[in-house]
Amino acid sequence: MRLERRTYMPLHLVVLAPLVAVLAALVLAAGLIAAAGVNPLMAYGEMLRGALGSQLAITEMLTRATPLIFTGLAAAVAFRAKLWNIGGEGQFFMGALVSAWIGHSLGLPGWLGVPILLIVSMAAGAALLAGPAFLRLRFGVDEVVTTLLLNFIVLLFVGLMIEGPLRDPLAFGWPSSVPVDDAFRLPDLVPRTRLHIGLVFALVAAAMVWLVLARTVFGAETRAAGLNAEAAAFAGISLQKTIMGVALLSGALAGLAGSVEVMGVTAGVTTTMSPGFGYAGIVVAMLAALHPAGVVAAAVFVATVFVGADAMSRATGVPSFIADVIVALCLLTMIVALLFTTYRVRR
Amino acid sequence: MTKVLELHGITKRFGALTANDDITLSLRQGEILALLGENGAGKTTLMNILFGHYAADAGSVYVFGKELPPGVPRQAIEAGVGMVHQHFTLAGNLTVLDNVMLGSEPLSRLKSARADARVKLLKTADRFGLPIDPEAKISTLSVGERQRVEILKALCRDARILILDEPTAVLARPEAQRLFETLRDMTGEGLSLIFISHKLHEVMTADRVAVLRGGKLVAERNTTETNPAELAELMVGRKVERPTREDHRIGAPVLVAANVSIGSGEETRLDDVSFTVHEGEILGIVGVSGNGQAALGALLSGLAQPSSGGLTLRGVDASSLGPRGMIRAGAGRVPEDRHAEGVVGELSVWENAVLERLTTPQFSKNGFVRQRESKVYAEGLIKRFDIRGATPDTRARLLSGGNMQKLILGRVLSNDPCFVLANQPTRGLDEGAIASIHAELLAAREKGAAILLISEELEEAVALSDRIQAIVKGRLSAPVPAKDANPQKLGLMMAGVWAEDAHAT
Amino acid sequence: MTEAVDLLLNTSLWAAVLRIATPLIFGVLGALLCERSGVLNLGIEGIMTMGAMTGWLAVYLGAPLWMGLLVAAASGAFMGLLHATLTVPLGLSQHVSGLGITLFASALAAYLYRLIVEVGDLPPTIEPFRPLDVPILSDIPVLGPVLFGQAAPTYLALLAVAIVAYMLARAPLGLAIRMTGENPHAVEAQGLNPIRIRIGAVVAGSALMAVGGSFLTMAAFDSFFPGMVQGRGWICIALVVFASWRPGKALVGALLFAFFDAYQLRLQTVVEGVPYQLFLMAPYVLSILALIVVARRAEVPASLMVPYRRGER
Repeated sequence: MRLERRTYMPLHLVVLAPLVAVLAALVLAAGLIAAAGVNPLMAYGEMLRGALGSQLAITEMLTRATPLIFTGLAAAVAFRAKLWNIGGEGQFFMGALVSAWIGHSLGLPGWLGVPILLIVSMAAGAALLAGPAFLRLRFGVDEVVTTLLLNFIVLLFVGLMIEGPLRDPLAFGWPSSVPVDDAFRLPDLVPRTRLHIGLVFALVAAAMVWLVLARTVFGAETRAAGLNAEAAAFAGISLQKTIMGVALLSGALAGLAGSVEVMGVTAGVTTTMSPGFGYAGIVVAMLAALHPAGVVAAAVFVATVFVGADAMSRATGVPSFIADVIVALCLLTMIVALLFTTYRVRR
Repeated sequence: MTKVLELHGITKRFGALTANDDITLSLRQGEILALLGENGAGKTTLMNILFGHYAADAGSVYVFGKELPPGVPRQAIEAGVGMVHQHFTLAGNLTVLDNVMLGSEPLSRLKSARADARVKLLKTADRFGLPIDPEAKISTLSVGERQRVEILKALCRDARILILDEPTAVLARPEAQRLFETLRDMTGEGLSLIFISHKLHEVMTADRVAVLRGGKLVAERNTTETNPAELAELMVGRKVERPTREDHRIGAPVLVAANVSIGSGEETRLDDVSFTVHEGEILGIVGVSGNGQAALGALLSGLAQPSSGGLTLRGVDASSLGPRGMIRAGAGRVPEDRHAEGVVGELSVWENAVLERLTTPQFSKNGFVRQRESKVYAEGLIKRFDIRGATPDTRARLLSGGNMQKLILGRVLSNDPCFVLANQPTRGLDEGAIASIHAELLAAREKGAAILLISEELEEAVALSDRIQAIVKGRLSAPVPAKDANPQKLGLMMAGVWAEDAHAT
Repeated sequence: MTEAVDLLLNTSLWAAVLRIATPLIFGVLGALLCERSGVLNLGIEGIMTMGAMTGWLAVYLGAPLWMGLLVAAASGAFMGLLHATLTVPLGLSQHVSGLGITLFASALAAYLYRLIVEVGDLPPTIEPFRPLDVPILSDIPVLGPVLFGQAAPTYLALLAVAIVAYMLARAPLGLAIRMTGENPHAVEAQGLNPIRIRIGAVVAGSALMAVGGSFLTMAAFDSFFPGMVQGRGWICIALVVFASWRPGKALVGALLFAFFDAYQLRLQTVVEGVPYQLFLMAPYVLSILALIVVARRAEVPASLMVPYRRGER
């Protein structure tokens, strides 16, 4: 039994792949749910109800999806160029921290301040990833390890800042940073819910990323460099410039995630404000097969799982970690599913 | 004479391609059998089946009268079959002894018997006249020495049948000659040999030759009863005439390299080379692979800069232009390895067609790719250069070798370059594709392009070039006009035998 | 300042070095074994978490401590088999598969723990490995507690280093593993099966990683909580590069790193006015620096991360 390269990629398989992957993950996780003594179908029903069963649920889910769209885009952009940016978590926090810090005392009207904070957070995220990218280009240091280690460093740094210079004197119990100015709190998309216009920003970002990747020279060069670096170099594409450009874009997108979350949801920064948005963004990107449009759909799916699992846990007693299990399984099942779009099995 | 090896009805398909079609062949004790065929004829596939790298779809293999289970190299090795691969299967970071010993001991053993293995290696090396240092790291060895290790690997596993795949592809004439003498000695020691080659003169040194064409065995001859001309026709099947060059007036110098060196000391890759390519001329650079062609190619592609010396294109300094600068200055480049450097397989034909000129106004505007214009351009290339099996949206990976090369050459020539670097332009192609590429290069020459051809195939260089220089260990010989170039003289030049003061212009 | 230097004279610092090094030694050895055969195993963080949880859980449910180590090893081997299946015969991206394994193993460990164990105000504990306190020998001043007062798994770690080092250098299996990491085609051409060798190396390496994780819950501490591995797995990946893929150097690297970590912990109590987070950052920053230092001359196994496809050249 061996694998034989397909001569063309059937479109229906490409669209089917993430659906099959998700289904497989749910089936595997069902075993774990059953081990908890709960009927999996009933549990999944609760999950769907918890995430999609009411207007409130849906807005909660979409609120949760917003940062995932950004971190998913960040991962997709980077992975296309074979830049393994696992530092989305750290870039998220940097974007959030910088937004809270500057946004706390920036005396500007909202319509001016918000774009400024967005730009500042993009710069912070980009700068954070530029370091590992530079180390790779200059010294050949694998960016997987450096971006991962940076996540831990950044989280400690955030803790340091929150307990020190950026401490919010009004926060009781749990340390939080000073909150961003009220003028920069994003208006609600649906009144009396947490869903804010950050979602619109995310959708715009997805559209722009698609445009850049599919239509610009930079996008074409990125794709070539990611698929065959030697041929790209021969054609005169500067791998240094391309990788660095991708790093800046990817870091910026992840930084945006943090900023939008601060301005839209939390107002201040805490060390627990991210339930793994950065890492989940990687799964989102893979489920989307690195396509910007797919990222939106995949982010909605992953948000559904997380929000739904909380509700499911309350209703059935199944530990809510099942959400992390399902999402992780999706990553593994997705790469297997993608394999079958590229290869067919032969005796 | 006993048959030591028999292949019966071997058939192997890869998707739609039938690589081996019902081949029946045998090898007798103590004989040297040559397997002849052009690129893609199925020779390597057949030998891979014999050695167990692949399993045949149909047919069987008998070694010393016993049937060999398909697809298991270990069984072939234990039956006494050894293979010297075209692309050496050696680990560069490990020693000669490590490479030779691997697999000869059961993995469950606790301690390797290195001392015994070393003794056996040295004895075998001595017996067959292949001196080698067991503790040398493979990466420090020359190509010829590495081939020796490949051979010793097989001999130390007590091979009685030895398969050699294109053994002289990386050897200079004198080394190749010595290899064939060694092979003849081996038959005296009781081995039987098969070697694969597409070089007619080499094949005549064997006892018998089997000719493969399009996956089928079309002929078997004793070499005493045939000649290169007959074999050529059998190999190719029809009289494919390669286009011939006609002498014409050579124009002004276009590309001038003066005393260029790349690297220094231990790392010298090009050593004080000088050459000039004129308008309407093809300058051929011949040499055994690994003598500086890669550095020369990189220099002329804009990927490497000279550490000393100068390079000018139409009078303008071209030493640090980079690939895009070179293209803008009128240079066109056909890389050595079309898969690794020439084309991004997963991208479409049109994307590959415009990749190196994306930043020009023809194919982009304000940072956006002009997709429609690019596809029209690609469509034009497909028609003009007869690229088969392709539409602008076809994934480049799906093109055959010949068509991929036509795409690469096409995108170069359609830009009307004043200088073209053609680096191994017909490597791995069949006769039909070779003829097409040669025709295009000669046509470009007619129109006045200055072409530098780097080739490992003497026949090709002699047929196409107006002047020829040999490259040996990073140095260039003086140019020799085509009419003075004969195989013996060129063979000597490629082996480094030229008057020291005869440097190029 | 003098207090900072005084710390170096404290025996307990040096005893802590070996203790802190133990999970790292197992982790680096495991990662080294995988990478020597040509497979990068980024699942290490998750595998160590899994090992920590399963080993502890086995003991919590009544098994003897040695059984706990075996259970941890088995859980690591299982995760290793998963990673190996995805990356070796299927040839999928080693980066993505590894990350997926880390996410999966971490999530699974947390889920099973929460499912099976009743967690009250404080997490439940077990009776961990105690320092061996070898009679007579451990009474030697300074050297005694440091060398002879360690918990049993620490000695196991040192033994593992010796075994792996010997195997790679002297045994036919070791040569086969090294060759597979350099050129799997060469391995196939000599009649061996590079796919089986890679799978075996990854499974064995992952088992070692998991045992390293279990040290955290069965010796260093006595309870489990998700996220307790705290990036040690990634540090091990960095240490493998630092050790040039050699077991002996890996041991040195792990000890060096453990020294800095132990020292940093004690420095916090002595140095005033510096936020503790800066101290905690030190190990991670150090790892990045170590990578930069060795990057240039890294003698990477030539086929590391290159998927092996039979017949495809």
